[in-house]
Amino acid sequence: MNETPDDLKYSKSHEWVRVNDDGTVTIGVTDHAQAQLGDLVYVEVPDEGRELEAEEACAVVESVKAASDVYAPLAGTVAAANEALADTPEAVNNDAYGDGWLIRLKPADAAAVNALMSAAEYQAFVESE
Amino acid sequence: MGNKTPLYNAHLAMGAKLVDFAGWDMPIHYGSQIEEHHAVRRGAGMFDVSHMTVVDLIGEQTRAFLRYLLANDVDKLHDRGKALYSCMLNADGGVMDDLIVYFLEETWFRLVVNSATRGKDLAWIQQQAAAFHIEVIEQPDLAMIAVQGPEARDKVLPLLDPAARDAAAALRPFFGLEIEDWLVARTGYTGEDGFEVMLPGNEAETFWNALAAAGVSPCGLGARDTLRLEAGMNLYGTDMDESVSPLVSGLGWTVGWEPGERDFIGRAALERERGAGPAARFVGLLLEDKGVLRNHQKVLVEGLGAGEITSGSFSPTLGRSIALARVPAGTGDHCQVEIRGKLLAARVVKPPFVRNGKPQIEMD
Repeated sequence: MNETPDDLKYSKSHEWVRVNDDGTVTIGVTDHAQAQLGDLVYVEVPDEGRELEAEEACAVVESVKAASDVYAPLAGTVAAANEALADTPEAVNNDAYGDGWLIRLKPADAAAVNALMSAAEYQAFVESE
Repeated sequence: MGNKTPLYNAHLAMGAKLVDFAGWDMPIHYGSQIEEHHAVRRGAGMFDVSHMTVVDLIGEQTRAFLRYLLANDVDKLHDRGKALYSCMLNADGGVMDDLIVYFLEETWFRLVVNSATRGKDLAWIQQQAAAFHIEVIEQPDLAMIAVQGPEARDKVLPLLDPAARDAAAALRPFFGLEIEDWLVARTGYTGEDGFEVMLPGNEAETFWNALAAAGVSPCGLGARDTLRLEAGMNLYGTDMDESVSPLVSGLGWTVGWEPGERDFIGRAALERERGAGPAARFVGLLLEDKGVLRNHQKVLVEGLGAGEITSGSFSPTLGRSIALARVPAGTGDHCQVEIRGKLLAARVVKPPFVRNGKPQIEMD
């Protein structure tokens, strides 16, 4: 069974969102998503300062077999991107909610995160898929 | 629900993730495709390839028939058990399939063809065979297990019939040996040493589990694909199909041009193409920038135009992305590949990329 931490929010396209103390949010792909993707070998993250619309394709995670888009769970400006993944893409497989984070975003609307799923809702969503 | 090989339950028991492959439920991996890849390069891995189609050709004129049917020349096969890789062409020189043919007896040759082309191949072979009075007998009850890697032969030999062990140990590359109703051949699709074993389906699970107990890692089609790509081996339907000839698919070496009087299907078309000079080259690519080369990405060659990646992936052994590509004739050492709107630099290299665990190309 894959991990789904209770303190995070989740999107239907399998991203997780953590609300940070400074008002930014950190985004990554879920443990379920990384397991489906298989061994990652390349990760492309957006440039700092890029403006993202909600549900915009903003990063690419590539496993041995395929490339998959990562979508912004909410609109905002990229405050930081995990450049270290260029050399250690496997961090997404090994530590999806930690070292495998992709983007830190300054949300356009801080309340937008409330529209995302809770851990329990996401688990139910995954099972229904 | 797809077709199931005799090892279906064994795959489930070993935690395989199954996918549809040409109508068969086949393992894509058993946890980590990359670890399975490394197991084959460093130790021993095993693949269920029972979905492949085994066809026996029986008749006095079998050799003459195959000299007409195949672009490679089975007259290269003098010794019993010897195998040959060949394309089977249509009259236009397009590749209908690639296959391995084993010379078992003068009146008995065995073909192993791709499962995705099974129906088409059988119909074509039957049609061509009629004039030669050949019996075309599919062997759907045979399973096939490929055991590959530097330790593969040492893992397999103790599990064979003791009476045949020495003979199996003495097999040279690209030779097969009949052991009762098994065929053990020193062939493969990974660029490593090893055996491919054809055996009755009802004995497959016992053999598979014995290999696992001996420390051979089960490997899925995912690792099989990255291994064959590193080995510079073509995949039918991806690197070549009926729309292209062997001459633009890196398979010119498999065409048996001599003797010139041998008439094989597609010969006239190939000779015309060779005379005019093939329009494309089939090459290996090593991505110099970061990223992953994928099938169908566009290859740009300055001054010459565009080509296409036919097989692209990440090479676990090299830690870089590699590909096979069809590019304009005259392409030099460098090209660019378009990935998500960006042009990335790639170096043109001669496959294979990896053989027997070792890189075969200069890394920078």
